[in-house]
Amino acid sequence: MGMTYSQKLLAKASGRPQAAVGDVLEPQVHLAMSHENGALVINQFLEIYQGTSREAKVWNPDRIALIFDHRVPAESSKTAGNQKKIREFVAKQGIRKFHDIRGDVGGVCHQILPEYGYVRPGMVVVGTDSHTNTHGALGAFAFGIGATEMASVWTLGRILNVEAPGTIKVVVNGAFPECVHPKDLVLHLIGRLSAEGANFKAIEFHGETIRNMPTSGRLTICNMSTEAGATAGIVPPDRETQRYLREEAGVEDALDIFGPDPDAVYDQTLEIDAAKLEPQIACPHTVDNVKPIGQAAGKKIQQIVLGSCTNGRLDDLEIAAKILKGRRVADGTRLLVFPASWRIYHGAMLSGALRALVEAGAVVCNPGCGPCLGVHQGALGDGEAALATTNRNFKGRMGNPKAEVYLCSPAVAAASAISGAITDPRTLMVGAR
Amino acid sequence: MANRKVVLKLGDDVSTDIIYPGRFMATVLPAETPQFAFADNAEFNGKLKAKAVPAGSVIAAGDNFGCGSSREQAASCLKGHELVIVARHFGRIFLQNAINIGLNMVICPEIEAEEGDELEISAEKVVNQTSGKSFKAAPLPKARQAIIDAGGLIPYTRELLMSQKT
Repeated sequence: MGMTYSQKLLAKASGRPQAAVGDVLEPQVHLAMSHENGALVINQFLEIYQGTSREAKVWNPDRIALIFDHRVPAESSKTAGNQKKIREFVAKQGIRKFHDIRGDVGGVCHQILPEYGYVRPGMVVVGTDSHTNTHGALGAFAFGIGATEMASVWTLGRILNVEAPGTIKVVVNGAFPECVHPKDLVLHLIGRLSAEGANFKAIEFHGETIRNMPTSGRLTICNMSTEAGATAGIVPPDRETQRYLREEAGVEDALDIFGPDPDAVYDQTLEIDAAKLEPQIACPHTVDNVKPIGQAAGKKIQQIVLGSCTNGRLDDLEIAAKILKGRRVADGTRLLVFPASWRIYHGAMLSGALRALVEAGAVVCNPGCGPCLGVHQGALGDGEAALATTNRNFKGRMGNPKAEVYLCSPAVAAASAISGAITDPRTLMVGAR
Repeated sequence: MANRKVVLKLGDDVSTDIIYPGRFMATVLPAETPQFAFADNAEFNGKLKAKAVPAGSVIAAGDNFGCGSSREQAASCLKGHELVIVARHFGRIFLQNAINIGLNMVICPEIEAEEGDELEISAEKVVNQTSGKSFKAAPLPKARQAIIDAGGLIPYTRELLMSQKT
């Protein structure tokens, strides 16, 4: 029987010719990523070795990445202590894929991994972050795990007892209309699948819209596959994957490019006509509460967040800058911008996007997770509403359970910043795309 | 297993942001996380901190309990209070974390229970003694059984480590 992309990849990584759905596998791990929660992983890792005669050495320091992004620079002595502990561990273990708080190589983990060519097609990537799914955009089987699970990976170099998942095939055809972007596509998909619709499954993206989509957009849709419950969201690698890795990530060595079998068996196939999509809004307090923008337009917004691992790439910032250039963020609304990495920050400096955003009244913050999970900057007041290009709108997410978070694309965020209320960018008539 | 009282009833899609709000994520140690369990639910958090919730009490939840973030604190904070989670189903990462650290939980796809109900829990079923109804329990993922049998992922990994050649 034919195998899906995930089945083939996991079989290969497990040293088997076949992997049927439900088979219990122990694939080798090609990349294991953690951020500040690496402090807990270190703890659990040392506990594994406690009382044994073995020296606590990670299985392969070149396959471990540690990236500071959740609280940069540290907001408390506790966080600073966690970061210090990780720095010491990294030095002791000889881990070189380490991105400290720096204005050259720093950034959000899910941007750094692709940007530096750490992720390749065919890899098994695990991360102590639920949005590790992002890396499926480059043809990896990438998924989130907890800290104890990661400690086990650091010890053994493989992930124990994984069941090969069934796959939902999503086929997207048609060209996006003006002001409609990959974020709108994935919000629409989550609305259709529901927050648990893809639980314990992989999503595989196909169709001409995906083939024509730059890696930037693929990272957005795979990032948010998590919000339908998917274990992984994957774009099987193609010419664009190779272009990105060669030209943007500087990868020179051979790539393992393969696709699903032509007779692969999928649990379900969903078709989406991109040409019929409108800008979408995920309303409070679940990501699957998705509505076409017309049903949410006019809602007053006090804080707009542009950026994050979902939509903080250069093209995202440029879409917003183009809309905001020569205009002004409405009084009573604050626009916070979080580029996904410092490399992107530099690019947006050179392209003029940062200048246009700041001149319009935006506050450009340093790359990092920022307000997305309510731990660092940009908390909300009681009764306030935020509109964000991030990936979650759970109650309390932006630091206050008495506030609301709406999710949208960068174009909607920028258009709404001008009016101070949720606004359809198509109404602005500025060639907003 | 003894009778358990339902101390909190929740609906579907309870996220880890509800169980363990992001702003407490710098606290990582299992000994310290329990104080922040359901921190934004002042009443329930207050009872937990006042030790007014006996060990073995039940949280009854709907589908996709623990969806969202991978933060292990969401499982460790509940384990610290020795709570039992009976849910229609769990989010993937939460379920794995819970098994890895040995949080007591039951997948019970049809469960109906209200606060104050007394449940009798076994591996096969959950009997709501207050309503008189019985609900089948679903097995935990078979792939994880070896970890459960070893008493958690840390001892299981240690066993595998010690069986490797140096």
